[in-house]
Amino acid sequence: MKQETLTILSNDALTKSVYRMRLTGDLSSFTRPGQFCNIAVPGFYLRRPISVCDIEGDVLTLLYKVVGHGTEAMAAMQPGTALDVLCGLGNGYDTAKSGDRPLLLGGGVGIPPLYGLAKALLAEGKPVRAILGFNTAEEIFFSDEFRALGVDVTVTTADGSAWVKGFVTDAMPAAYSYFYTCGPLPMLRAVYEKTFTSGQFSFEARMGCGFGACMGCSMKTADGGYKRVCREGPVFRKEEIVWEN
Amino acid sequence: MGKLNVTLCGIEMDNPVIPASGTFGYGYEFAELYDINCLGTFSFKGTTKEPRYGNPLPRIAECSAGLINAIGLQNPGIDRVISEELPKLAKVFHKPVMANVGGFSVEEYVELCARLDKEEQVGWLEVNISCPNVKKGGKSYGMTPEGAAEVTAAVKAVTTKPCIMKLTPNVTDIVAIAKACEDAGADGVSLINTLYGMRIDLRTSRPVIANRMGGYSGPAAFPIALRMVYQVRAAVNIPIVGIGGVSSAEDVIEMMYAGATAVGVGAANCIDPYASKKIVEDLPRVMEKYGIDSLESIIGGAQ
Repeated sequence: MKQETLTILSNDALTKSVYRMRLTGDLSSFTRPGQFCNIAVPGFYLRRPISVCDIEGDVLTLLYKVVGHGTEAMAAMQPGTALDVLCGLGNGYDTAKSGDRPLLLGGGVGIPPLYGLAKALLAEGKPVRAILGFNTAEEIFFSDEFRALGVDVTVTTADGSAWVKGFVTDAMPAAYSYFYTCGPLPMLRAVYEKTFTSGQFSFEARMGCGFGACMGCSMKTADGGYKRVCREGPVFRKEEIVWEN
Repeated sequence: MGKLNVTLCGIEMDNPVIPASGTFGYGYEFAELYDINCLGTFSFKGTTKEPRYGNPLPRIAECSAGLINAIGLQNPGIDRVISEELPKLAKVFHKPVMANVGGFSVEEYVELCARLDKEEQVGWLEVNISCPNVKKGGKSYGMTPEGAAEVTAAVKAVTTKPCIMKLTPNVTDIVAIAKACEDAGADGVSLINTLYGMRIDLRTSRPVIANRMGGYSGPAAFPIALRMVYQVRAAVNIPIVGIGGVSSAEDVIEMMYAGATAVGVGAANCIDPYASKKIVEDLPRVMEKYGIDSLESIIGGAQ
């Protein structure tokens, strides 16, 4: 982890509520796709943890959804603004486990970290298949960007307004070697139940610090212990997960 | 440069800054970022007899000036703290550490304190009789003078190191509780623990925190904590660790004028991992600005 000052290059809406922010600065503390950064938003006490979508040279791309006042304030930020950002947080996805036909399953604002992962897997010479789920056609973002990388993309919409009607788990291929997923909790749980291989899940949590100090985001794990989503996570292996309730 | 050193319960500290328990883990997350030996000391994560996961998620809620937490004393338990955490800490921190403990019965407090009292790295025992996030135990002892005195006397009987009782502000008269601790033999008191609070999510109309309520900490706690430190200083003679919303070197000095011998930094560590280091480094500048030669000399200066 490093505390860096990053400067906003651009900050644009991709849909009604999903924005793309591009920032530049020292990104050397990011080592894997699936890590996140924690942004100090002026006027708000806690930082906003946002997963990394992509890193290209010294340019960091974040896709975030406006869900509250903090992300509303982020959406209003102008290019040229300098931000205090904790970089290189979390463990990220492990591409070594992917096998030769990895499947990516993303839902809504859980999709962004899978983009950086897809790039890494493709760079390792592995063909990537992705199923990206949205509520409606209007909410679709980044499916073209995945396709431009060379990913075999299927889109699902819950209301059937585009592509396959249903959830990502309704469009699962018959064969894949391993999976990686990120999305809302009900989706992750459905993925857990419907997948027949091992895989990695990226979780979201309300965090205090984002770097392992406050224990605000700990999850119980299958070995009877616990792991901090921010520190040992946010990516957990399927075998580690315990579903509560 | 002015003198930053203070003596807390007979142990000299290079400066009065103490990252507060629960915001600094067992130290080594921060040791990856900077040399934590620049701190006066730190109070490690509240340690209980058994390992604890704590409360269900979510257990953090943001406020306009701070946060509510309902962690519920997550920790690996005393056995692993002694066998794993302390040896790891010894590699990166070479000063006496403050050992924070939380019990669910007097017997547990006694066992925890007796065992940690034997650990060479431990300088002080900070006895948490005030956690707002555990259903029984901690909270109740710190809420009455009798309960506070009972735990104090019991842990003093089995320890040689200074025992600092950590007090809750969620009481009618914190002065009476501090006096009860002093009368029962406490070497010091630390105050305040978090203020009991809650938030409700307007989208769901439900409490944000799964446990519904939790402990508020952050800058808005500062004037309340300062007032309580001031009142307790006027009534007791044992040293006080002043905690609550401290975010700057100025806050440290204000807390010392009110009567604190040393000063805890809590929530600030959660938003800036370098907060405690920055406060230590900024103290000489602020001392010079206000003509303070020695921090030890200003303790209780506003009384």
